[in-house]
Amino acid sequence: MAEKKSLGKEFTKGLIAENPVFRLVLGTCPTLATSTSVVNALGMGISAMIVLVCSNIVISLLRKVIPSKVRIPAYIVVIASFVTIVQMIVKAFVPALDAALGVFLPLIVVNCIILGRAEAFAGKNSVIASAVDGLGMGVGFTIALCCMASVREILGAGTFLAGAQNLLVLFGDNVLNGFNGFTLPWTEVFNPMTVFILAPGGFLTFGLLMACANKLAESKGKPRAELGGCQACPMAKNCALLADGKGCSEEKKEGEQV
Amino acid sequence: MTATIVKSFLAIILTSVLTENFVLCKFLGICPFLGVSKKLNTAVGMSAAVIFVMALATAVTYPINKYLLLANDLEYLQTIVFILVIAALVQLVELILKKFMPPLYNALGIYLPLITTNCAVLGVVLLNQTKGYNFAESMVNSVGAGLGFMVAMVIFSGVRSRLEGADIPKFLQGLPIVLIAAAIVSLSFMGFTGLVDGIFA
Repeated sequence: MAEKKSLGKEFTKGLIAENPVFRLVLGTCPTLATSTSVVNALGMGISAMIVLVCSNIVISLLRKVIPSKVRIPAYIVVIASFVTIVQMIVKAFVPALDAALGVFLPLIVVNCIILGRAEAFAGKNSVIASAVDGLGMGVGFTIALCCMASVREILGAGTFLAGAQNLLVLFGDNVLNGFNGFTLPWTEVFNPMTVFILAPGGFLTFGLLMACANKLAESKGKPRAELGGCQACPMAKNCALLADGKGCSEEKKEGEQV
Repeated sequence: MTATIVKSFLAIILTSVLTENFVLCKFLGICPFLGVSKKLNTAVGMSAAVIFVMALATAVTYPINKYLLLANDLEYLQTIVFILVIAALVQLVELILKKFMPPLYNALGIYLPLITTNCAVLGVVLLNQTKGYNFAESMVNSVGAGLGFMVAMVIFSGVRSRLEGADIPKFLQGLPIVLIAAAIVSLSFMGFTGLVDGIFA
């Protein structure tokens, strides 16, 4: 296969056609938890993207060295190291983001997108392809987070990009000329629906956006997004349920030889 | 003395089960919540395994954190150490159960590998640490978080069994309606806001 030709495809597939959140239904926990404001979503998306690209590169470099039996622990060590690095950088340079993301920053370790890509792609493909795949998936994750966050922030807080200054605090206090997000004009007339930035709003927004994504996919003749895609699950190979041919939801049968 | 301890434990349990439910308020462990909640028995089996692993992970990582990492200024290794310990522990428990306790293995064992990379388990360990709980409080919080997970799973499996027979608009069928149902369950849990402060004020 001519690799150069497909690199563009490896990148773009992660954006929409195989968007990790809306098409593959991976990484739902951080998607729901960190999409309360666009700035948080951007911060989370970029952090996850850095980890994803770096870990994809290293895992791809090591793919012939790591014995397949201890592959998952080895991947976890690589991913956890990069998460620790990112965590330290964020703590040092963007403390407001560290406070906002809280436990979800170290929890990038168990983000199924990252382990899933390591297992499904980086462990089998060349370094450059893996890096590009990681970048595409990372950008796709960021886009999905920002879609969720835009809806939730506009409806729930009546602002857009609030706290943008906090994200760029590294480059000086006034890098945006005092711009710190918009306040939408109608908040003076209507109170924003706070429930959208609380937990139920997260589920609701995700459900409705998922319906839109499904509709779009169907109009292009693609199947709807399905949950519990056993092929996507990083633990698929050790899964006893899958070995019985049942899958976690007791109905899947196609994921047997992942 | 004991009264205050019992009170603080109760407060921690109520907080982690109701007001700060792991799944419905903190968004930890969403994958199994959506994936395994279709039937009541699998939901209960999965939750029991989660409670078991959460308690075990806390019992093992707390001393490691206190006497190995904090004592040697190695806090920055927490993420790596915790996830490795949890992963190794789960594999070990699976082997032990398989060999010595086949009935328990049949009930819980099949869910164990799925839990290795579950964010709820790592999440509870990290949260215990950031909240500065001592050993007993950490254990109570972990079991409480697991119980909260079980409550959410059991309730949601009931909701989902009703969804099976419901006449759902075509564009919402499948995952979207499940998420919207989760939103409503989560909304009802918001009713507990302030409960713990109210009781233990």
